[in-house]
Amino acid sequence: MSLAIELDVKQSVLCIRLMGELDHHTAEELRQKVTETLASKDIQHIVLNLEQLSFMDSSGLGVILGRYKQVKQFGGEMVVCAISPAVKRLFDMSGLFKIIRLETSEEKALMTLGVAS
Amino acid sequence: MKNEMNLQFSALSQNESFARVTVASFIAQLDPTLDELTEIKTVVSEAVTNAIIHGYDNDPSGIVYISVTLDDNVVKLSIRDEGTGIPDVEEARQPLYTTKPELERSGMGFTIMENFMDEVQIESSKSEGTAVKLTKHLAKSKALVN
Repeated sequence: MSLAIELDVKQSVLCIRLMGELDHHTAEELRQKVTETLASKDIQHIVLNLEQLSFMDSSGLGVILGRYKQVKQFGGEMVVCAISPAVKRLFDMSGLFKIIRLETSEEKALMTLGVAS
Repeated sequence: MKNEMNLQFSALSQNESFARVTVASFIAQLDPTLDELTEIKTVVSEAVTNAIIHGYDNDPSGIVYISVTLDDNVVKLSIRDEGTGIPDVEEARQPLYTTKPELERSGMGFTIMENFMDEVQIESSKSEGTAVKLTKHLAKSKALVN
């Protein structure tokens, strides 16, 4: 099983929806696609929707942290939403919630960033 | 009853998924909980990724060896490479420690293994490779009923 990546730009927010498995193998494609989009569009924040993510390991934490650092440079924020208990455990373990905000849904995450969906 | 499985494959990142799914399928006969299966898949992924990135420095001619032993409700995993070895195992076990930050490694691999498994043993020597030995006792829900 691989990873499907859906990118959707809503005003200054890049919504990233991941379906499938995020590991070392699939992390590279995610890094490239998001980096390209950030370079070509006027984006300040990232909303990461993990509702359909069935597996993630520490390579996923690494690539998420890398994208957080990118938006932080623009004074932006990263919000993660709809995460499974298994993925939440990894976020808790690594302390990522200290820098990345958690919301229950994409709509709610977008609302907090001032985007009406 | 004791049951054993051995697996070896090229150090290619596309085999990470193959490795964790194969190990999970083998362990399924012990009727683990969904959480236990996820934990085992995650630690296999961590150790195999380490072997590929750090052990073999992404050289696909390297071979990753996995052996799984099931004994009653105890799962023993050994994930081994014949790569460069870890210079300082204690340092490598520290949370957030990584030798390859430029590759966006989180440095959480061993921390996750320690959290998800009951025992984590790392044997490593320079230019001979690394073996990560992991043990997990599955909660035996069926045994309580019997």
